[in-house]
Amino acid sequence: MALPKLKADATEARLAPLSLPQGGAAWAEAARHDALNRVGAMGLPARRDEYWRYTNPADLLSPQAPRAALFVSDELPPFDAVDRLKVVFVDGVIDPAQSDDLTLAGLEITTLADALSQDAHWSREVFGQLEARGQKPVERAFAALNTAFAAEGVVIRAMGKAAKPVSLIYRRSTETADALMHHVIRVESGADLSVLENGPAAARLNTVMEVDVADGGAFHHVRTQGRDRERRAATHIFARVGEGATYKSFTLTVNGALTRNETVIEILGDDAVAHVAGACLGDGADFNHDDTVFITHDALRCESRQVFKKVLKNGATGIFQGKILVKPGAQKTDGYQISQSLLLDDDSQFLAKPELEIYADDVACSHGSTSGAIDETALFYLRSRGVPEKEAVDLLTLAFLAEAMDEIEDQALADDLRGRLVAWLRRRH
Amino acid sequence: MLTINNLHAELEEEGKQILKGVDLVVEPGKVHAIMGPNGSGKSTLSYILAGRDGYAVTEGSATLDGVDLLEMAPEERAAAGLFLAFQYPVEIPGVGNMTFLRTALNAQRKAQGQEELSAGDFLKFVREKAKTLKIDAEMLKRPVNVGFSGGEKKRNEILQMQVLEPKMCILDETDSGLDVDAMKLVAEGVNGLRDGKRSFLVITHYQRLLDHIQPDVVHIMANGRIIRTGGPELALEVENNGYADLLAEAN
Ligand SMILES: Nc1ncnc2c1ncn2[C@@H]1O[C@H](COP(=O)(O)OP(=O)(O)O)[C@@H](O)[C@H]1O
Ligand SMILES: [Mg+2]
Repeated sequence: MALPKLKADATEARLAPLSLPQGGAAWAEAARHDALNRVGAMGLPARRDEYWRYTNPADLLSPQAPRAALFVSDELPPFDAVDRLKVVFVDGVIDPAQSDDLTLAGLEITTLADALSQDAHWSREVFGQLEARGQKPVERAFAALNTAFAAEGVVIRAMGKAAKPVSLIYRRSTETADALMHHVIRVESGADLSVLENGPAAARLNTVMEVDVADGGAFHHVRTQGRDRERRAATHIFARVGEGATYKSFTLTVNGALTRNETVIEILGDDAVAHVAGACLGDGADFNHDDTVFITHDALRCESRQVFKKVLKNGATGIFQGKILVKPGAQKTDGYQISQSLLLDDDSQFLAKPELEIYADDVACSHGSTSGAIDETALFYLRSRGVPEKEAVDLLTLAFLAEAMDEIEDQALADDLRGRLVAWLRRRH
Repeated sequence: MLTINNLHAELEEEGKQILKGVDLVVEPGKVHAIMGPNGSGKSTLSYILAGRDGYAVTEGSATLDGVDLLEMAPEERAAAGLFLAFQYPVEIPGVGNMTFLRTALNAQRKAQGQEELSAGDFLKFVREKAKTLKIDAEMLKRPVNVGFSGGEKKRNEILQMQVLEPKMCILDETDSGLDVDAMKLVAEGVNGLRDGKRSFLVITHYQRLLDHIQPDVVHIMANGRIIRTGGPELALEVENNGYADLLAEAN
């Protein structure tokens, strides 16, 4: 079926300045071509597409990245105190000089370019494969574009319990950096890996992370999307979760002109667990933050949780599109989804599209979505005890975010991010 | 000294008049009780003193040691030494009781130019007080008032009062919903704070709390006014005869 002309033109315009990376093995070239064909067949998103009604993709479609002023932070970056293996990208390009040596017991780490240049590399089972699976039933054409064109990224295989997390640090040096990064991760049976992500990355960022968690494996992901105001980001995670495996991801977002975080999880093995959570602080009419999540249950007795909390003020927009799909036979599924916003003024808005689609009869799924203002009674109670209004609002804001923050399993990381939240809230007084 | 002068107030939205000229003076070190039928405006008076939104003072004044309360934000009133134990303590999910107490105390200390208490010192300070009120460590950890029984909520109010050491304590029906043992605990908590300088305004529907907290002065409030003022014997009169006679007399 031919694409509508507008969409075809927009897609062509976006692809024009891009070129396919060279130097890949035959399988990698094939995967990239397949991805390019997917982009051509789907076309890049337009405002009228069902899952783009709330977030305008224009800035993601423009051939050049919209300029974004560099942001100089006066605080230590997140995870600074954490013992971790650092992989540093500058403007979306890996920088070996700033990165640690890519060796750690229990892990195999290399660059995307290196993995894709090898004739036989395990990543061929994952690269572009999970992304392709995740295109149905909802198209995610920016992810396919990423698979086709991203030359940068890391490829990690966990074969045991890694002694420390792998920390992907995204630095930025120019106002126009337009970054495409593609990470491929496989957590082998019984292995355990944590991945951290932070940093401004680029003026415009498009990432894909494909995560294959084998039976009994555990994957933990904690990321922050930092304070720079003008950046635009479209991130995608495609995860496949095996029997008895665990997948847990948490994202803290503050500022940014546009953030679209897509998570697509397929639970394929029995007794698996998948949690996705996010906390976000949005301030200003130029803030648009979108969590789009799709979790498919295709096995017995699996548990999934989606916990998203957004604090919005001064005309900020928050979006949540979350789905739980329970396939026929996925009995004893325990699916939970909550998306809530705290609107600190009348100008801000929260748009939610929670969906449940269930084809098994013995399941427990719940979802809820709310938008509310600060609880005036609680605010008065706090103030009557001497807590100044702004501090009281902060306390209630942190309380509102707590359910999402509590999804961070590692206490040191959780404390780091809680401390950061407190500081960020305080600096707005 | 709390001085309320000819206080008139109405509900901001509906314009309904609730307080119709309240006069009241609570001297340092004294315990005053306000009794009165439901709906007479007792809670409204306490909320207006504490600075809750939604009321418009149309006439009169209220001062604490000569400082105009009505002009101040609620937190400023607290820092000036006013404390209201709520008739219905508020549940705050997600805010730990301990965090709440510490934030409140440190905010007040800061407002008064004092150093903040360290986490360790604070813990010790609170634990001692909590113990006498039979509030256990678990209750201190839980979110403010969430899942507390009626009695636990009221004891938690007294704990806050003890931690903040206000000079003017207003207790709005702190006895309602308490069994005899809990009432004794609460009364002991209040009596322990009597030091000859601190003042109390004890709002109650029943006389029984006043068996445990001896008032110096008893006021009867009805229909937005203080209609009678007397000694402790006035509370007994209410206990024996109800409000009907007093109300008839006032009309
Ligand atoms: N927020 C409110 N909205 C409507 N009516 C109110 C409100 N607050 C108080 N009232 C009314 O004001 C009167 C006094 O109430 P209140 O101060 O609670 O009395 P008391 O504490 O003596 O029982 C009652 O008639 C009550 O219904
Ligand atoms: Mg009342």
